[in-house]
Amino acid sequence: MADPLLRVKNLKKYFPIRGGLLSREVARVHAVDDVSFDILPGETLGLVGESGCGKSTTGRTILRLIEPTSGEVSFQGKNVTTLDKRSLRALRKEMQIIFQDPYASLNPRMTVGSIIGEALVIHKLAKSRREREERVVQLLETVGLSADHLRRYPHEFSGGQRQRIGIARALAVSPKLIVADEPVSALDVSIQAQIINLLEELQAQFGLTYLFIAHDLSVVEHISTRVAVMYLGKIVEIAPAKELYTNPKHPYTEALLSAVPIPDPTVKRKRIILEGDVPSPINPPSGCRFHTRCGLRVPSCSQNEQVLKQISPGHWVACQVRTGVAIG
Amino acid sequence: MSVDARAIALADEPRAERAEWLVFLRRLSTRRTALFGLAVVVLVVITAVAAPVLSPFDPIEQDLGDLRLKAPGFRDAAGRLHPLGTDHLGRDLLARVIYGARPALMVGFAAVVISGVIGMMTGLVSGYFGGRVDDVLMRLADIQLAFPFILLAIAVIGVLGPSLKTIIAVIGVSSWVVYARIVRSAVLSLREREFVQAALALGSGDGRVLIRHILPNALTPWLVVATLDMARVIVIESALSFLGLGVQPPTPTWGGMLADGRVYISTAWWLATFPGLAILVTVLGINLFGDGLRDTLDPRLKV
Repeated sequence: MADPLLRVKNLKKYFPIRGGLLSREVARVHAVDDVSFDILPGETLGLVGESGCGKSTTGRTILRLIEPTSGEVSFQGKNVTTLDKRSLRALRKEMQIIFQDPYASLNPRMTVGSIIGEALVIHKLAKSRREREERVVQLLETVGLSADHLRRYPHEFSGGQRQRIGIARALAVSPKLIVADEPVSALDVSIQAQIINLLEELQAQFGLTYLFIAHDLSVVEHISTRVAVMYLGKIVEIAPAKELYTNPKHPYTEALLSAVPIPDPTVKRKRIILEGDVPSPINPPSGCRFHTRCGLRVPSCSQNEQVLKQISPGHWVACQVRTGVAIG
Repeated sequence: MSVDARAIALADEPRAERAEWLVFLRRLSTRRTALFGLAVVVLVVITAVAAPVLSPFDPIEQDLGDLRLKAPGFRDAAGRLHPLGTDHLGRDLLARVIYGARPALMVGFAAVVISGVIGMMTGLVSGYFGGRVDDVLMRLADIQLAFPFILLAIAVIGVLGPSLKTIIAVIGVSSWVVYARIVRSAVLSLREREFVQAALALGSGDGRVLIRHILPNALTPWLVVATLDMARVIVIESALSFLGLGVQPPTPTWGGMLADGRVYISTAWWLATFPGLAILVTVLGINLFGDGLRDTLDPRLKV
């Protein structure tokens, strides 16, 4: 196996909740709680889970847009979490992010040309104004827009076009890794397909590696090499995409998959309906985070913290019942 | 991209190209009161700039003989009309009201620029960096607010002596708090917006993020506050002049004229009435325009 491009080890991010007279920390939100995974060069790791499970926080913590509480992120073997401000800025050329909301992610007061060209200015990637403009036009064409769009403002574009601008901005620095934070969740279904196709084309063309965050399993299945499923700040299952979809092991993954609509009305499938709501990440359940809603639960589930165990090559599951560690 | 995807992309046309300020003007023009306010403001500015051309008389030329305290519409020996009458020193009142627009607007504009710039910078730094910096700056703002302004003005002017510069400095330096607060709150929400996060992810430094991404987007609420604050400053200037702490006689100021006219209010009503009306109309105009500006630019913003 090749060396991973990105290695995340025991990453934790707790947000303090302050209250009282002296703004003391009264509680913490366990947004990301001991998450570890690798991403190999050229692959796409899908990261799925419902709203609030910590997947976006994971993505932003990797880029250090949010400072991690503890844990380690290394990029090409270099520890990112300890970098000073200056080295971090240099590293920004290697790792980029695409955001969910194409309406909020572009500065309404800047032209498309200066939005995309900004990175070139910051990292001094163009010698002259002219060279910069040429590069921006080239980027616009790469994402399916044209040179005419250079002097327009974001509000003149549709959602799909804006997302293309966001992608061009991320590509401007020629990154190796792109964290795509729900890049299609805010778009119409027809546009979603276009953006997904574009991302795949770009991956082939530039040899990009993606961390693809989404809550839509069908989107993730299409684009991902491997998929990790998150629940309440922890990864509960990680497996090659095909394996995960055909042979899910964690009861949460099963429930998620059973909720994906099948485009054939004659096929009947057993829906697994989870009871109750997601517990609060301020005070997560003890033991297995999922035990409060799990159909397979055994008494020890509320005591034993679950760790990922490999059950077949590359397929890891954090469930003591399914991995046969504890029965009864 | 596949063939169908191209077809959809073509259907996905950009919205009609339209300059932002044109949209703004069209929206503003649907508000009659705002347009009325704008017209008043423009009129007052023209009056102030073109005072020497518009004014029929020299505003400080006295005539202590037959010309004292003549009622509006009075015609003097030379047959010249004094439309608003004359004051207790025989000076033409219309000329004085026209020239009085100058210090009012000058103080209003300069003080607003000074306090606006100070407030903008404080608000940007306070909102963006947060933490200790924010605490210190906002407590300073509280202290500033707790200080009675008119006492501060009297003390400073008492020490430095009254002059246009002193008044501008006193008002300018002490009125930054509103701006700081409004800009700070705008920055707090802008800081979390994704385009700011994107700029940071690209490797922009704090300075670049503040100047290129946050400031232009915080300008709108700032502008609204500045407009409305200008009306307040003009009233303050008049009040200081009324108290004799403003621009000194014989230079005509609306506040000063009001003070002079007070003595004659029972015998010569026009002395206090016309400068009073001038203040009222100007401030009303600015306020109406400011309200319209606020409603047009950001309906959620309430100052």
